[in-house]
Amino acid sequence: MAILVDENTKLVVQGITGRDGSFHTLQIMEYGTAVVAGVTPGKGGQTFQGPGGLGVPIFNSMDEAVAETGANTSVVYVPPAFAASAVEEAADAGISLVVAITEGIPVQDMARAHAFARDRGARVLGPNCPGVISPGKAKVGIISGDIVTPGPVGVISRSGTLTYEAVMLLTKAGVGQTTCVGIGGDPLIGTNFVDVLEAFAADGDTEAIVMIGEIGGTDEQEAAEWVSANLDIPVVGFIAGQTAPPGRRMGHAGAIISGSSGTAEDKMKAFEENGIAVAERPADIVGLIQAVLSAKFA
Amino acid sequence: MNIHEYQAKEILRANGIPVPPGEVATTPDEAVSIAERYGGTVVVKAQVHSGGRGKAGGVKLATTAAEVREHAEAILGMTISDLTVEKILITPAEDIETEAYVGILIDRKSQAATFMVSAEGGIDIEQVAHTDPDAIRKLTVDPRYGLMNHQAYWLANSLYDDPALVKQAAKIIRQLHAAFTSSGASMIEINPLITTTSGEVKAIDAKMTIDDSELFRHPELVEYRDLSAEPAPETKAREADLSYVKLEGNVGCCVNGAGLAMATMDLVKYYGGEPANFLDIGGSSNPEKVVTALEIITSDPNVKVILFNIFGGITRCDDVARGIVEATKRIDITPPIVIRLIGTNEKEGLDILEEAGFTAFSSMDEVVERAVQMVKTG
Repeated sequence: MAILVDENTKLVVQGITGRDGSFHTLQIMEYGTAVVAGVTPGKGGQTFQGPGGLGVPIFNSMDEAVAETGANTSVVYVPPAFAASAVEEAADAGISLVVAITEGIPVQDMARAHAFARDRGARVLGPNCPGVISPGKAKVGIISGDIVTPGPVGVISRSGTLTYEAVMLLTKAGVGQTTCVGIGGDPLIGTNFVDVLEAFAADGDTEAIVMIGEIGGTDEQEAAEWVSANLDIPVVGFIAGQTAPPGRRMGHAGAIISGSSGTAEDKMKAFEENGIAVAERPADIVGLIQAVLSAKFA
Repeated sequence: MNIHEYQAKEILRANGIPVPPGEVATTPDEAVSIAERYGGTVVVKAQVHSGGRGKAGGVKLATTAAEVREHAEAILGMTISDLTVEKILITPAEDIETEAYVGILIDRKSQAATFMVSAEGGIDIEQVAHTDPDAIRKLTVDPRYGLMNHQAYWLANSLYDDPALVKQAAKIIRQLHAAFTSSGASMIEINPLITTTSGEVKAIDAKMTIDDSELFRHPELVEYRDLSAEPAPETKAREADLSYVKLEGNVGCCVNGAGLAMATMDLVKYYGGEPANFLDIGGSSNPEKVVTALEIITSDPNVKVILFNIFGGITRCDDVARGIVEATKRIDITPPIVIRLIGTNEKEGLDILEEAGFTAFSSMDEVVERAVQMVKTG
């Protein structure tokens, strides 16, 4: 099995005609994921040319796209000024999973979009995230299909390229993944560590989890407590930003140590106290995962 | 983006909040002439992006022109938290009866704007939140309804007993919410909110952070950016759409992606080195961005080796390789460069590097270990 996206994913791409949107739509289609529609206001009626002559109908709005195609998932490549509105439009059209890739969306816009999506019963992944991939089943976002392989490990991360690093190391070592989820580097994200952990717990096929956090906020600490209280699946953790100075934003809008809150040290301590094995380096993730997997089958 | 007290006060005033007058001076002469215009006792306040200005000696009362001059001379040019004071605010002193705290910020947990107020003013709110959480009243504003009138009163009621003061404070709280929303702020703090001996409620100090992602909507606020408060390389990075933070070490780092960039710095430390900087060249990087990144890294005289850690996703390895080769032609780069380059268009990237005489590593550990070793062996 897998979480969030799989063979039943019917995807609509919001912003399909833009530079990033069109590039990544091709990659998503090449991975075999069903892209059933695209939305770009003003370009309704046109067709997006996918690989192998496969055409994707473009609609002016999400309600038309969903009504015509039965799409259940959307991915947002819309520029920051309009991205929160695109998330709201997707939730209003009945989409159950909205994956928001866009970086730099005004935080107050997202506060409203998150509240609205909750009201509509839609899950938002991101924003400012690389998306999600269930190896061999479906890819929604920008995580490369080349570095993943099917297997028993679930991966959750706040970062993009650091996820690639960890996943590539796992794949090279022959350790495959059920699903790899990038939850995003923004201060306000729709799906947090605990939400994804819950999904992995219910998955049935996920036998170990890699959780990659970074400085800023206290999501990792709450996730660690949740793991200790609720989860039977072993978890291996890594935290980026041990050398980050306080008060400075480290690239991601959410990666900032405010006062004494959100340090890497606090997070690693919370992991250790709650039975999560902490990898000192990204490369150590592989050994720790192999150890928990073999202990499980010993 | 942090803005100065005097700028935050302009925004509060524009939203109707009672703020005493004030003017900015950059020389002692200007300070004296402003103070003479106000008459009476004034406060001379350093304008820097830092807390603890009072403790650092950057806030002084002055009753005579001579005192104004003396304080202005002392404060202008003073260093507070590594920042040089270039501006001072001159504002009439108030008759303070009580001091309270009123703040609003985006709260990650409730995912919405959240007020924190306390009848104890002049405090460090984070510290009080730890030591005496009951002294703070907290309210999350539902983004669907905005701040409701009774909620503003609920907050104000925790500050004062006198209904006349409560009424003024509730109005200020509503105006503060309006200022927060309309300026795209991520934090505004009035500390302290005072009552005067004549029964007026006023904001006499303010701190404000604007959400960088909102600036496209507020060209007037972009003008508030104080370039003197930002090191030149960081300005250059920001204008090129790169994220750069200078650190104290000597291993210059150039990485794609914020998480990987932090992990790279941590790994430099793991192998016994010290990172010179955080630098994220971002997603769809073109060769020109890489050239700018190298200009910024080499402008730091501490840098002894330059470490590239690129895991191509949206970033294409050939773009980065072209940027490195181009930079070595255009600028004088003394420190050696070590490169790790894998991912999208890896082969094309490696070919470009090889032709220019570079070799690349494929593992992050190997390249970081090598970089640290090169610093140690000189």
